[in-house]
Amino acid sequence: MSEVVISAKSVGKTFGSGADKVTALDDVSVDIFQNEFFTMLGPSGCGKTTLLRLIGGFEQATSGQILLEGKALNDLPPYKRPINTVFQSYALFPHLTVRQNITFGLEMQGVARKQADDRAEEMLELVRLAQYGDRVPSQLSGGQQQRIALARALAPAPKVLLLDEPLSALDLKLRKEMQVELKRLQTETGITFVFVTHDQEEALAMSDRIAVMKSGEILQIGAPREIYEAPTHRFVADFIGDSNFLVGNLVDDGAGKRAVKLGGGQVIELTQDVSSQRSGEVTVSVRPERLGLVAENQAGANQLVGTVSTVIYFGTDTTYQIDLGNDALLTVRMQNGSGAKADFAQGERVGITMSPDSIRVLAD
Amino acid sequence: MGNIIRSKRFWLVAPAVVYIGFFMAVPLLQMAYVSMLERGDYGGVNWGVFSMDAYISFIFERDLMDNLVVNTDYLQIFARSFGLSAMTTVFALLLGFPTAFYISTQPQSRRNFLIFLVTIPFWTNILVRNYAWMLLLRNGGLIDGALNWMGIETGGLDVLYTPYAVSIGLTYTYLPFMVLPIYASLEKLDHRLVEAAFDLGADKRRAMSRVILPLAAPGIAAGCILVFIPCLGAYVTPELLGGGKFMMIANLIGSQFGAARNWPLGAGLGFVLLALVLISMMVYSFKFKSLPEESR
Repeated sequence: MSEVVISAKSVGKTFGSGADKVTALDDVSVDIFQNEFFTMLGPSGCGKTTLLRLIGGFEQATSGQILLEGKALNDLPPYKRPINTVFQSYALFPHLTVRQNITFGLEMQGVARKQADDRAEEMLELVRLAQYGDRVPSQLSGGQQQRIALARALAPAPKVLLLDEPLSALDLKLRKEMQVELKRLQTETGITFVFVTHDQEEALAMSDRIAVMKSGEILQIGAPREIYEAPTHRFVADFIGDSNFLVGNLVDDGAGKRAVKLGGGQVIELTQDVSSQRSGEVTVSVRPERLGLVAENQAGANQLVGTVSTVIYFGTDTTYQIDLGNDALLTVRMQNGSGAKADFAQGERVGITMSPDSIRVLAD
Repeated sequence: MGNIIRSKRFWLVAPAVVYIGFFMAVPLLQMAYVSMLERGDYGGVNWGVFSMDAYISFIFERDLMDNLVVNTDYLQIFARSFGLSAMTTVFALLLGFPTAFYISTQPQSRRNFLIFLVTIPFWTNILVRNYAWMLLLRNGGLIDGALNWMGIETGGLDVLYTPYAVSIGLTYTYLPFMVLPIYASLEKLDHRLVEAAFDLGADKRRAMSRVILPLAAPGIAAGCILVFIPCLGAYVTPELLGGGKFMMIANLIGSQFGAARNWPLGAGLGFVLLALVLISMMVYSFKFKSLPEESR
């Protein structure tokens, strides 16, 4: 990848003191690269917004430091940082017109009126609201306000654009539209986007890389595919998409490979490189759509076998719950394509097919 | 359905409408009537004898030859009142805005306490408060004494019984009317807008002038009106702190109904004042409406 724009080094942030002390960020380190769509994903209270506000300069880190292109930002107030923000509530100035909102940042930089107005037209063009310059924000719909907030933040050509859950106030259809729009803007402007969201779908759809956060820590950083297909933590596998979790013991399969032996005696082979240091009980995850079902008599040796306990038909696909015995339940999602095999009925004994590379052993 | 609700609402406000209609409109009409009557020789009016003397004598007086000549005495008192009220409004704004801003930046629990402190002076009678200011401002009074004690030779402060003393007293009296509406508008102000201004490169000074002040403008306007207009009608403060030497409109009107025994002129002066206030309010609200476009 290209060079690092934002670098957080062991950043910690606590609010309050004494008994009310709350740790919002705990020793977080992350590098964000130039021209990257970087997403911080996590439930509310995970520290993602705090990290964003630290980068923006609205909060001061309790420990550690944040660098912009190698220079420490720590004591720089927000107005001296070449970083702009799209706020969750848009925070458009209600007493200014759309054009005045967009030129605000340019004017603060001392850009001449004429140039600023030209730039505003360019920005309005970019967010496809060219005719709206003379309106005031209250005359715009939520989606339009969102676009103006983007135009306003992009107008001064910041090095980094911070986006604090900007789509959360929009309805579903508009949100999908804006996801495409945001991705397009990022590609067209070449500005680094740092995006905060609790919506995993949004994160997967737009990001170059995602940092999954929980309780003030970053659990995993990776490309969307990596996060989805190779989650490192149970929380990540659970938070993003659906996952099956099985508990078993790490064993050697005799051929130098490692496997997981479930409580019922069944063995799942692994292709993942699991440290030879690890042993004992582990949790593995596997995505429901990476599993398949076959009739029991077609099940090969070493294959999991179970009983269908629930069948739920969803149109495009059908979800089966398979009882493996010993309280182990597996969810299997199969597409109802034209080549689909015969349905499986409740109570039927079935074999479960899975590719070993879809089985992930989780940390802790 | 809507009509029923509307008619029920009407009965809710009906007592207020009747009260205001009767006790405000009727005396006002009575005053209008009185202002257009001939003055009685020993106070009061000659009922039924119409005369425009009151309004004429606002600007003119009759000389010995019974000609009308311009007399600026009353105009001067009006001008002085407007000037003094404007000065007081400016003082109150300069003191009130920072106060309101400070309170609005405090944690919620402390804000209520500070607002409570601002309203405390209302608990004391206005006469008592003005006498207190006389004690503070007079030569050899508390302020004068303190200054001398600190080694600053005042040679007598000589502030009491000047327009400044009146303005100080009025500022003190009406300051809460400035603080409260400004505080209300600042408290409503979305802090994220200030953050957005910082984010877009505005330092504190420009965030104040470009975002906070324009958004607090309705509160500032309300505060100015609430200070300016009662100042115009102030009676007690100019009487006590001005020592009766600096008449303001209310004192003039009072004297017409009292010592001068010229009821029509008193009523007429009241109406001239009312007209001037209404006109200035209209100008203000017209200007204020066009503010968002001009604020650039």
